[in-house]
Amino acid sequence: MDAVKRYFRSPAAVVGLLLLLVVIAMAITASWLYPRDPLALAGRPLIWPFSNPRFLLGTDNSGRDIAAQIFYGARISLLIGGVATLIAVVIGVLIGAFAGFYGGKVDTILMRITEAFQTLPNFVLLLVLVAVFGSTITTVTIAVGIVSWPAPARLTRAEFMSLRSREFVQAGRTLGMKDIQLILGEILPNALPPVIVYASVVMALSILLESALAFLRLSDPNVASWGNLIGLGRDVLRVQWYVSAIPGIAILLTVLSVSLVGQGLNDALNPRLKSR
Amino acid sequence: MRILSLAGRRLAASIPTLFLILIGVFLLLQFAPGDTVDAMMAQMGGGDAATARELRKFYGLDLSIPMQLGNYLWRLIRLDLGFSSIYGKPVATVIIERLPPTILLMTASLSFAFFFGLLLGVIAARGVNKWPDTLISTLGLVFYATPSFWFGLMAIVVFSIYLQWLPAGGFEDIGAVQSGFGRTIDIAQHLILPTLTLGLIFLAIYLRIMRASMLEVLNLDFVRTARAKGLDETRVVAKHVLRNALLPMVTLIGLQAGTMLGGSVVVESVFSLPGLGRLAYESVVQRDLNTLLGIVFVSALLVILVNFLVDLLYARLDPRIQAEG
Amino acid sequence: MSAVDNPILTIDGLSVKLPKGADRSHALNGVSLAIAANEIVCVVGESGSGKSVMANAIMRLLPGEVAIDGGRVLFEGKDLASASNTEMRKVRGAGIAMIFQEPMTALNPLRTIGDQIGEMFEIHTELSKKEIKARVLGLLADVHIPDPAQAARAYPHELSGGQRQRAMIAMALALDPRLLIADEPTTALDVTTQAQILKLIKELQSRRNTAVLFITHDFGVVAEIADRVVVMQHGNVVEQGSVKDVLTNPQHPYTQQLIAAVPPLTAPPPRALSDDIILDLASVSKTYRNGGFLGRGVRVTHAVKSVSLKLPRGATLGIVGESGSGKSTLARCIIRLIDPDGGSILLEGKDWAKLSRDEVRRETQHIQMVFQDPFASLNPRRKAGDLVAQGPIVHGTPRADAMAQAEELFRLVGLDPSAIDRFPHEFSGGQRQRIGLARALALKPDVLVADEAVSALDVSVQAQVLKMLYELRERLGLSIVFITHDLRVAAQICDLVAVMKDGEVVEHGLAGEVFGNPQHAYTQALLASIPGGDFARSRVPLTA
Repeated sequence: MDAVKRYFRSPAAVVGLLLLLVVIAMAITASWLYPRDPLALAGRPLIWPFSNPRFLLGTDNSGRDIAAQIFYGARISLLIGGVATLIAVVIGVLIGAFAGFYGGKVDTILMRITEAFQTLPNFVLLLVLVAVFGSTITTVTIAVGIVSWPAPARLTRAEFMSLRSREFVQAGRTLGMKDIQLILGEILPNALPPVIVYASVVMALSILLESALAFLRLSDPNVASWGNLIGLGRDVLRVQWYVSAIPGIAILLTVLSVSLVGQGLNDALNPRLKSR
Repeated sequence: MRILSLAGRRLAASIPTLFLILIGVFLLLQFAPGDTVDAMMAQMGGGDAATARELRKFYGLDLSIPMQLGNYLWRLIRLDLGFSSIYGKPVATVIIERLPPTILLMTASLSFAFFFGLLLGVIAARGVNKWPDTLISTLGLVFYATPSFWFGLMAIVVFSIYLQWLPAGGFEDIGAVQSGFGRTIDIAQHLILPTLTLGLIFLAIYLRIMRASMLEVLNLDFVRTARAKGLDETRVVAKHVLRNALLPMVTLIGLQAGTMLGGSVVVESVFSLPGLGRLAYESVVQRDLNTLLGIVFVSALLVILVNFLVDLLYARLDPRIQAEG
Repeated sequence: MSAVDNPILTIDGLSVKLPKGADRSHALNGVSLAIAANEIVCVVGESGSGKSVMANAIMRLLPGEVAIDGGRVLFEGKDLASASNTEMRKVRGAGIAMIFQEPMTALNPLRTIGDQIGEMFEIHTELSKKEIKARVLGLLADVHIPDPAQAARAYPHELSGGQRQRAMIAMALALDPRLLIADEPTTALDVTTQAQILKLIKELQSRRNTAVLFITHDFGVVAEIADRVVVMQHGNVVEQGSVKDVLTNPQHPYTQQLIAAVPPLTAPPPRALSDDIILDLASVSKTYRNGGFLGRGVRVTHAVKSVSLKLPRGATLGIVGESGSGKSTLARCIIRLIDPDGGSILLEGKDWAKLSRDEVRRETQHIQMVFQDPFASLNPRRKAGDLVAQGPIVHGTPRADAMAQAEELFRLVGLDPSAIDRFPHEFSGGQRQRIGLARALALKPDVLVADEAVSALDVSVQAQVLKMLYELRERLGLSIVFITHDLRVAAQICDLVAVMKDGEVVEHGLAGEVFGNPQHAYTQALLASIPGGDFARSRVPLTA
């Protein structure tokens, strides 16, 4: 495949993919390397990193192993990022496809709703949703997905609007295809690549949103989330700043890897057409 | 004047959006466990069922949900946002007290992100694929991936705790009663770190968009025309490329206004700024639903206002806008 | 090298290399030519001939990795190929000016016309603001723009295509350059506008003694304005000489082939038409309303105004007109991609104007369409065979049968049947248009609507596709509605012609009569506007 070849030609994309694979490996091996509950008391509180071989990354203010929390946190970040992105993209593509394909009144109504979601600051809406439905990992994931769908919806709509007047779609119509055949068979395969690329942006933002929520102690306190740990470390920031610093770097690298993979996909899937 | 009427029409069109939001969030809040009276009772340290019933009647909470919604919207038209039982004053008063730091923070962050995003984007695009471009683009990616609250905390560690250059939080020094210039300097010092923290991700976004937009415009036919006229590269960029490349940036301000306001919730919490974002956080923690709904209303209003200004600016930059009906 | 006295510009063995990975190593291979003052030299070639690259190479405006790697470009004694950027900037605009194909995109959309023309003086002269303004108005008057003061204040989008090109010409001629390079300046314009712009260029050229290097793909334009002709193919000059010699006595086989492919304006002898009317349009109308808010400021466009036409079985009806004439809207109404507001479209006794969407879907095999753009009309993610088999499959043919049929159709339209497994981007423009035709024919339609089906193709490919259409029409007994802006193409293939303007049919009748003895003033103007009309009329129709 040309696209795969083009992807691996970019060093940044390869680095991104490697980083992402490391994070995935951490998530998979977490329970094998750290069979104990990462939120259970493990040792003396506030051990500095690299000072005790048992706790390579030290311990937090409650004496829990930071390394274990980082490994388990990878699971939470990937899970929330992945599922929330899936929710956002599915809702977005559905709404965007209908609005863009049918136009007119359907479009007006759907775009009004999208606009309403975009006018309300997404983090404020997230706060409202958490205030109403509580902060278990399920509700937080769904809430993050719900506040993230408008951007993919707009993108899909724009793609559909430009594609539906393209001659090959009109040709499909003159061949007697039904709307659903046109949407699924003719337009969607051509509209999807930019949406897939944008999904990486949604995923990066989802991970950041959840970690911010966790930092404010509004996410699920019963899972090892990187944001939770940063929030906890804030209490000892003056001296033991490493408790906050380490999980922050984990978030940064994860989001960076997702962005790099997204950019690599973009260059691989949408090569600039040389002529025309 | 066409510009104004055009933007005005867009503004009028956002009124239904505003009501849609309010109705949606109002109904959503009906699912919330506990209401204002529960919160008040908790505040007072408990009370009997009869008092609760009376309070509910007083606040109209015993009515059916459509009636309550109707009441709320009717009060809203008269700009009455209700009463905050936690703060013991009208919600409107609480919000107005908290508005200035947020607006100041947003304006500062936006200006910072826009200006430096523009500058770095132009530099990167002028030397595309050379080392300044690689450096700037990499920096942009890292900034984009940095969680703002974490950046804020680390900035506090470095600049407030170790270097002790800047205050770690708050809006101004409460101890020293200052006036005029001294106070301005003091507030500015308090806002430097929050501005950087909030602006960082937007800086990353703006520089990326500006770079892409510059590269796209540089490929357009009229740039070739400008070169064929004998213009040097600096004038080509300054007189032909820049304004065209700015258009997507301006659009982005409007689209990102909501995200920026949302980001201020986190940043204000990190730096203990008494702003709207922190108020939103407090009202969630304290279950002060009246205040939360008020904040939803005001922040939507702010976003609509920013978009109105962006429309005006855009129409000023692009003469084609006025041609469309 | 051809002998030219006192050349203004001499190109000597110019080579331009392409970046790695392009389809060939060089865009130009040792091109040599010369232009004297006060002459118009036309460079003719099809797409990929390198003619535009040459124009940009003279100005040193080549994109990124495309670069001059040999030869000289002598202008007023200086070699531009090796000049410094600063020297080059002094030449651009002042010594050599350029106009481009698409005046809309060639002008900055955010600055006024006056501002952009005035910039020429700002860069190259020390004139005061006031003087510049006066000069700009003078230039706009020179290019015959009505109300120069208003045009100077206008933004590009506020002018028509023709006026924009006039403004571009005014800008290019601002500093009285010795040489004007015109890169397909009339290709994007309607035929009547094209005639005016060609006249303007000729007028200004003779008044100011400017040398003009005119790039075009159209031998009609060459016949209209050139003093000398340079024919290019694959980056080489294959022939050059005076316009008379090249047009009447071409030496190189490629030139001969190009000239043979130019459609003549004379219609072939009329064929006998059937009395059986297969498609009968009566008062078909389509009106658009757009803009406006709550009923205020609604703009009403009458795209098609009460059009009545008849298509006899087995005949070809040409609908010709310029852009905005409503011809494409009419075609889309006939095939019901657009719902007409009124009138009737009788096809085999059924009124298509009144069929429901579902009925249209079931009946589509009776009437099919071939689209204009060979790149946009095929789904890039489907294989060629699938594209052709799609129609029959939608209408219930088993997949295997449909694919077998597709192979048959590939043979019919002159494509290799083994190519059914390839994707559209692996075919050339002409081949793609054949796939589009095969797709339409797969449903065995009674009527074929061809919407500018050959307009996007190079002239030699155009001739091939037209020839195939000609043969298929005979073999399959197709009735065709042929939409085109090009009267020469219409003259060749149509039995009947209807001329449209502003949504109305102003004249219709047998092709020979409409073209030979036009009655309506607009038809006469259209025919008079065809570049190189005498040359086109002197040639013999394709099939005679």
